[in-house]
Amino acid sequence: MLIRARDVEKRYGRAWALRAVSFEVDEGGCLLVTGPNGSGKTTLLRLVCGLAAPTGGVLEVGVDRAGLGFVGHESLVYRDLTALENLELYGRLYRVPERRERTGMLLERFGLWDVRNQRVSGYSRGMTQRLALCRALLHEPQLVVLDEPYTGLDDEGAGVLDRELEMLARERTLVVSTHDVGRIDALADTRLALA
Amino acid sequence: MSVAKSFPARAFGAVGLMAAAMVMVFFVAPEDADQGISQKIFYFHVPIALTAYACFGTGAWKALRLLWTREERYDLESYTAVHQGTIFGALTLITGSIWAKASWGVWWTWSSNQLVLFLVLFLFYCAYFMLRFSLEPGPRRARLSAVYALFGVALIPVSFLAIRLANDFIHPTVFTRHGAQMTHTMFAAFCVSWAALLALAHVMYRIELLGKRIDANLRDLREALTAA
Amino acid sequence: MSTYAADVAALARKDLRLELRARDTLPAMLLFVLATLVVFHFALPAGSGDDPAYGLLWVALVFTALLGLGRAWVPERENAALDGLVLAPCDRSAIWLGKALATLAFLAAAEVVALPAFALFFAPLRSTALAGVVLADIGICTVGSLVSAMAASSRTRELILPLLFLPLAIPLIVGGVGSSVSPHGGKYLLFLALYDGVFSILSWASFEYVVTE
Repeated sequence: MLIRARDVEKRYGRAWALRAVSFEVDEGGCLLVTGPNGSGKTTLLRLVCGLAAPTGGVLEVGVDRAGLGFVGHESLVYRDLTALENLELYGRLYRVPERRERTGMLLERFGLWDVRNQRVSGYSRGMTQRLALCRALLHEPQLVVLDEPYTGLDDEGAGVLDRELEMLARERTLVVSTHDVGRIDALADTRLALA
Repeated sequence: MSVAKSFPARAFGAVGLMAAAMVMVFFVAPEDADQGISQKIFYFHVPIALTAYACFGTGAWKALRLLWTREERYDLESYTAVHQGTIFGALTLITGSIWAKASWGVWWTWSSNQLVLFLVLFLFYCAYFMLRFSLEPGPRRARLSAVYALFGVALIPVSFLAIRLANDFIHPTVFTRHGAQMTHTMFAAFCVSWAALLALAHVMYRIELLGKRIDANLRDLREALTAA
Repeated sequence: MSTYAADVAALARKDLRLELRARDTLPAMLLFVLATLVVFHFALPAGSGDDPAYGLLWVALVFTALLGLGRAWVPERENAALDGLVLAPCDRSAIWLGKALATLAFLAAAEVVALPAFALFFAPLRSTALAGVVLADIGICTVGSLVSAMAASSRTRELILPLLFLPLAIPLIVGGVGSSVSPHGGKYLLFLALYDGVFSILSWASFEYVVTE
């Protein structure tokens, strides 16, 4: 059991962000989180990552920060650095072995090799999203948490992501929230629908 | 809860102590030869200052507990203690000002290190409230308030040292103040007054905390009822 | 231990690189401090002597630092990059230390211009004064970086930063002015070192709680 949640809830002061949910995710499993806007999908994913702490219930996640990769609504990269510089920084912080090789490989896989020396501020939304994915996967995390990863991707980008997710679902544990259920439904073995 | 039972007793105790303090200060303790009746302020000004320190210290302790245990209740307790401390701090400034007027004819003097320290602390803790009011309620607000409260308590000795050092080059007009050569009755009156103010602070703290908790519970109840 | 230092270095380097590219904060600080010194010339009555000028120097330095500190965490706010740093396995205090070191570099760069300008416009600076500047800078940047992160979380961030910072800066001003004017300058340097020690440790230990929930 990599993730166990029992009656996990989150409120900020008096405002509810997430009402009690319970679920379990095995190692190597894939959890698909669906629900309308405001139902708490983002909050739940942030709780799993440890960016927020639940105000009620018990949430156990069996990986530490080094084993976790996250893609949120924001890209978590520096606008005024290049793709290469961003990944270099995160590669150091995550103590990625053979940093250069891995960075190059990921950039190529996500089609960003040609723009690796351009600043992120000049990227399109889709390119930034792809860089965010590179950043999340740089350190080969055991648990990958993706919050609506298809947002902003064009068809080509979505195709790349499709392939990535298929591979990740085989090799790692995934938690994905999305509106686009169709794409990931086949991969998911656990589903959580938030109201 | 045993606290609830003993609380009225404590409240009455505080009132009793205050009454005793008043009696001691105004009737029992001898009048100061030079300053006359205005010197009586001293019996309140210094204990109020000491009580303020105690409140800030309590606030910092509760803040530390919050960061250590992550229990939400410490946030309210820390905030209430800091609030009490600020009230007593403001009273320190006011009584100090009155005393300065009575003793030296000026409403403010930079030569009283303690007074200047309280001015700095007052600024600091007012900023604490501004910080709190500019944040949404939740764990972030609790944590930031707690960290700032800890900085406040570290600032107290450092600031005091700074103010003493500053006297070297600021050259304030030095007002002589009679040293703490108190007679036994004066000392007794001082102690009773201090005990009374501490008790008062404790009671006020409890009342405010209770009020805030009831407030929060009522809101939760209202929410639960309207949601159902 | 060496990975901690490497993390801090990587983070500080990142900030220096960002500033070199954006080139907005440092020029603003330089211009601000010079403009402030000129304002002070007009603000000081004739025959004030040198001592008030030293006092105003410290006011100028603190407010210039505030200008820089207000911008310190802006790159992290864009694209929620701070979340990215907080998620990394490095010590959260390394984030603070990297930022403090970078801010120190910017402040020092501004002072390389400001201090000679002051000596030119007003009065010479002796060695204890310069030592005081160095020590006070450390205090400003360590406490300031933490307080700036706190302000960044708030709704009223530009407004609240000076309010949170200035009471904490008062001892630094005392130390700085004392080291500039007092015949016992060494005493003030020791005091500044004490401030730096106490508040650096406090900032280092509490930064974790400022950026996490």
